[in-house]
Amino acid sequence: MRDASPRKLVEVKNLKMHFAINSGILRRHTGDVKAVDGVSFDIYEGETLGLVGESGCGKSTVGRALLRLYEATSGSVVIDGTDIGRLGQKALRRIRPKMQMVFQDPQASLNPRMTVAAIIGEPLVEHTDLRGNARLARIHELMDQVGLNRAFAGRFPHEFSGGQRQRIGIARALALNPRFIVCDEPIAALDVSIQAQVVNLLEDLQDRLGLTYLFISHDLSMVRHIADRVAVMYLGQIAELSPRDALYADPLHPYAQALLSAVPEPDPSVESSRRRIILKGDVPSPANPPKGCNFCTRCPQAQPVCSDVKPPLLEVTPGRHVACHFVPPITAAAGSTGGPEASERNRQGEDR
Amino acid sequence: MPDGAEPVLDVRGLKTVFRTREGNVHAVNSVSFHLRPGELLGVVGESGSGKSVTMMSLIGLLPSPPAEVQAGQVLLDGRDILQVSSTQLQSIRGARIGFIFQDPMTSLNPVFTVGSQIMEPLRKHMGLTKAQAQVRAAELLDLVGIPDAKKRLSGYPHQFSGGMRQRVMIAIALACDPRVLIADEPTTALDVTIQAQILELVRELRQKLGMAIIWITHDLGVIAGIADRVMVMYAGQVVEQAPVKELFTRPQHPYTRALLKTIPHLAGPRSDRLQVIEGQPPIMMAAPAACAFAPRCAHAFDRCLRENPQRRPVGQGHDVACHWEAGAAHA
Repeated sequence: MRDASPRKLVEVKNLKMHFAINSGILRRHTGDVKAVDGVSFDIYEGETLGLVGESGCGKSTVGRALLRLYEATSGSVVIDGTDIGRLGQKALRRIRPKMQMVFQDPQASLNPRMTVAAIIGEPLVEHTDLRGNARLARIHELMDQVGLNRAFAGRFPHEFSGGQRQRIGIARALALNPRFIVCDEPIAALDVSIQAQVVNLLEDLQDRLGLTYLFISHDLSMVRHIADRVAVMYLGQIAELSPRDALYADPLHPYAQALLSAVPEPDPSVESSRRRIILKGDVPSPANPPKGCNFCTRCPQAQPVCSDVKPPLLEVTPGRHVACHFVPPITAAAGSTGGPEASERNRQGEDR
Repeated sequence: MPDGAEPVLDVRGLKTVFRTREGNVHAVNSVSFHLRPGELLGVVGESGSGKSVTMMSLIGLLPSPPAEVQAGQVLLDGRDILQVSSTQLQSIRGARIGFIFQDPMTSLNPVFTVGSQIMEPLRKHMGLTKAQAQVRAAELLDLVGIPDAKKRLSGYPHQFSGGMRQRVMIAIALACDPRVLIADEPTTALDVTIQAQILELVRELRQKLGMAIIWITHDLGVIAGIADRVMVMYAGQVVEQAPVKELFTRPQHPYTRALLKTIPHLAGPRSDRLQVIEGQPPIMMAAPAACAFAPRCAHAFDRCLRENPQRRPVGQGHDVACHWEAGAAHA
């Protein structure tokens, strides 16, 4: 595992990303799609934080706002000590090399008219002084790192398979020696047998280069494999943020419970005996989220208080944060256990 | 499931070729299988393995050209539907075989109400009057769990969510009480909690209506939970076929074994590294003369490169197309 006191590389506080809805002839501002509505979390150096949730829950928007591909509505994002949101364009450009992104669709995120060498080399042209042979040498080095044959440097994206295209996207993200990479559904468009190849590559690169990942995915089984901690998002907010093993063994938030119980396991004997929590209805619109807890309309355990008061994301056991009225926070349980975690608990308590 | 019952659907030696500028792509290569009444047959494979094309060829839904069904028989209740005229086929398709596609958004017509789309097969194939069809359509919507069914008939597809649209598609497919329902990746475009709803619905409908289902998917988890029997496809061929429990506990084909090992699990021990199948599935530019999986296979030996393996039985209802046998010596 990691050092005793891992350093926070990314700190996100109360991030909000609202998209304006304009309607009518005058395109008047009539409302907001609250894609991300008050999200806070930290990512420690060298770890992989999994960000899971269903489509429309705002997980990709978080990833993009983190790299300031969107201008956040409010809140702060601090990466390696720098508040990304406050930087001017010039300063922002200087620290861009530190943070990169791997996109979901390798087909759409690679320019079909550029050769592989030009695609991987573009960040080098923009941000470094490497020229000619030195640049080509770096491109070849990157291609080796991601397992692409150097001889293909002159080929175009359409000549590659989906898995290989994703390798090109990864090589491009690595070109400037980043510290932090947002992987936005990097395997969703790939076949099962190819997914494992790409995930293993991402893990190898993390070990070798000491990278920190935000791994956004809807594939809960794959997130269990790759992530150290996992945040479960629902309708623009984090429902639960827990260490991987704790979450998968014993999810605390009712949504996390339902989500995990809905994932089919490739094992008929498990499947036939499994008890599923089938949620009723669909996810409400983020333009008009329910009052109180945003999960209250579908929650099997909802009580009257849930549709009135929004539960904050609180630490319920050391390292586990849950936003639910019916999971007692750590203070309520204080005194019952005075175990070795007590000091860490205090430390985290002070942070907040 | 009754084991000795006559199959509803019996497919023998089906071959489909696509004529393209680069040459002929052999998408389906001598596929044979059968479907018993009330059974759910899962078909798994990666994209390009020919699972969808097989099902589309057997009901004549592929555009020709470029597709051409070159050989084979498709016996629906004993009658070869590859030999019937296109008008006859049309009526068989509507009334006896239901089809659910992957993407409920693109398979519903956006400019017609949901009600009129459910009533269309009822009026065309069952000869119902408009009033009768309306009543039946409301019943169908109710059956697939859409609340307030009568009112929703006049709604348009865009007014329904993804999961609800897929329920509408299921209602249309079930409209004429088909013998066989073919579902092509029906839950792939849906979120897991919505997928769980649809899977639950299909389990209920099977108990109520008892039709035979072919369920195409690449998700082995879905198959494990819903299928009675599973057929694994690779490069347009059936490489293994077995009852569901048998397939997951005693997979025989190296491809099936590797596929089961490569997917991470939600529970149980967690491995630090995922098993990988190196390389990628081939595009068949010629009829297979050798084992199509051999280049990626850990067990491949000489014979695999010389001779395309034929399916051989290895257990009760279990067959595999592979020269390799676990524990045997291979030269």
